[in-house]
Amino acid sequence: MLRYIVKRLLLFIPIILGISFIVLILIDITPGDPVAIMAGWDAKPEVIAQVAADLRLDRPIVVRYFEFVTNALKGDFGKSFRNKRPVMTDILSRFPYTALLAFVSVVLSVLIGLPLGIYAATHQYSWKDNTAIFATLILVSMPSFWLALLLVRVFSLGLGITPVSGIQKWTSWILPMFSLAVGYAASIARQARSNMLQVIREDYIVTARAKGQSERVVIYRHALKNACIPLIMTIGSLFGMALGGALVTEQIFSIPGLGQYTITGLINVDYPAIQGSVLFMSIISCSIILLIDIAFAFIDPRIRSQYIRKKVKAIQVGGEGA
Amino acid sequence: MSSATSTAENKQAVKKQSQLKEIWRRLKKNKIAVIAMFVIIFLVLIAIFAPLIAPYSYETQDVMRPLEGPSRDHILGTDRLGRDVFSRLLYGAGQSLQMGFTAVLGAALLGIIIGSIAGYYGGWLDNLLMRILDIYQGIPMFLLTVTLAAVLGPSLQNAILAIGIALVPGNARFMRACILTVREMEYIEAAKSINCSVRRIIVSHIIPNAIPPMIVSVTMGLGFAVLSGAMLSYIGLGAQPPTAEWGAMISDGRNYLRSEPQLALYPGLCIMVSVLAFNLFGDGLRDALDPRLKT
Repeated sequence: MLRYIVKRLLLFIPIILGISFIVLILIDITPGDPVAIMAGWDAKPEVIAQVAADLRLDRPIVVRYFEFVTNALKGDFGKSFRNKRPVMTDILSRFPYTALLAFVSVVLSVLIGLPLGIYAATHQYSWKDNTAIFATLILVSMPSFWLALLLVRVFSLGLGITPVSGIQKWTSWILPMFSLAVGYAASIARQARSNMLQVIREDYIVTARAKGQSERVVIYRHALKNACIPLIMTIGSLFGMALGGALVTEQIFSIPGLGQYTITGLINVDYPAIQGSVLFMSIISCSIILLIDIAFAFIDPRIRSQYIRKKVKAIQVGGEGA
Repeated sequence: MSSATSTAENKQAVKKQSQLKEIWRRLKKNKIAVIAMFVIIFLVLIAIFAPLIAPYSYETQDVMRPLEGPSRDHILGTDRLGRDVFSRLLYGAGQSLQMGFTAVLGAALLGIIIGSIAGYYGGWLDNLLMRILDIYQGIPMFLLTVTLAAVLGPSLQNAILAIGIALVPGNARFMRACILTVREMEYIEAAKSINCSVRRIIVSHIIPNAIPPMIVSVTMGLGFAVLSGAMLSYIGLGAQPPTAEWGAMISDGRNYLRSEPQLALYPGLCIMVSVLAFNLFGDGLRDALDPRLKT
């Protein structure tokens, strides 16, 4: 088991290094002169020189990359061009809001999506199943920002139940979390349904039914566990998607999170802010996927046995040799 | 067929029913997929003929009548600049479909090439390509799209490029998986055993069998690309004003949510219907192309 964890951790390092390289060269793929764009069209020559020096664009890319990675390892993403504050400070102060938004949305989507998917699968081909499928399809096909605006129109402007934006009251979180969760809930429901349908046809379910197990136990103890394994992977990648989705949701509801920070950075062509937040969010999303992969290995006996069997084999071979 | 029909004629009749016809026959049975297909054809026609059908141009401003409700002159009312909402919705179809089709086709082509190389040759090349894709996929997809679109500069072309780039890894992986599955099939072994050349195996056995699942995945990708495109335009990184684009129209309408909610409502409905059509058609196509469901 330890070997599996170490192997996964070792794979993680080149990915992060690769992402930092992509983040670094973002500035090189910008058409035109990024220095001039950032300094502004009426900037004085000394300002332009200062910006160029700050970005270290006069150095070879290998040197810049090395510097960028060593600084990033120290938690230094440079200073924002806009407010001159260290990017890392801003990211850390804003991240809790984004984390809360993403985490609750994903949890909410599982709470809605999973039961819906199971319900549809256990009522296959009935009108209940058809309604559930069609509803989830509509929700998946909806732009989430549009749904957010509709919710604002109905619940904030129309009924006055929730605030339009901001984070002053706890009720302000309801609409952003819900609008982000709905689409994910629909995709979880769809996947849960198809996984369930696949599992229900397996031999062990027939066996469970044949030995007289109640339908409840068959569905919840035998089928659900096996249908959930691939779902856990999906939920892991949903966190990454929620971090991306937070970009627009935070913008709509004026939540002072990392997504809003990134969008502001992108609009203002504030490279240190863009690089810092993209790298930070990618590391978070990769770490979550990594953690889930490792947890997966503990849950799924098939992965576990791959590593244990080798040990047993090694012992057997050793025994024969002796 | 009468009993007098010879075996030769029979053979011909079987041959005439080509694979394409067979797929079409199975697709026809799925009524929802057929409706979805007609919606897509309808949207394409609107996109092509928008300048002919639209009562006004997308940028004609009726300055004296901004933010009006439905009337005889403007069946869906006007926006803040007095532009006809109905005409702008018609023109918007072109922008959205253009974004969806170009991004998805480009990404599919690149993905098929990368995936086929990785899947067929395997070894270190496969490993290298997959690790590069791992890195790409490490960045949350929408974050990558938005960042690329912003860094390349806000325009429709760059938005398409950004969506396309973000879609490549998924396509490449999918194609690689298809090739790997097909490579292990018995009919490939059979082809090898009757001394088929490698070229023949790849061209007439592996590719035709790996392409159908790819088509399904590409159709599903269309819905995603249309949604991403709308999202980019909503943030201001896609189609630029005065172009009529559904996402940008929602963004325009959000300031009038209280008094004129229909300004944000209609374009959103258009996006939803087109994405729904792509998803339903993709679902139907998947069932039609799956030989295991053949009856």
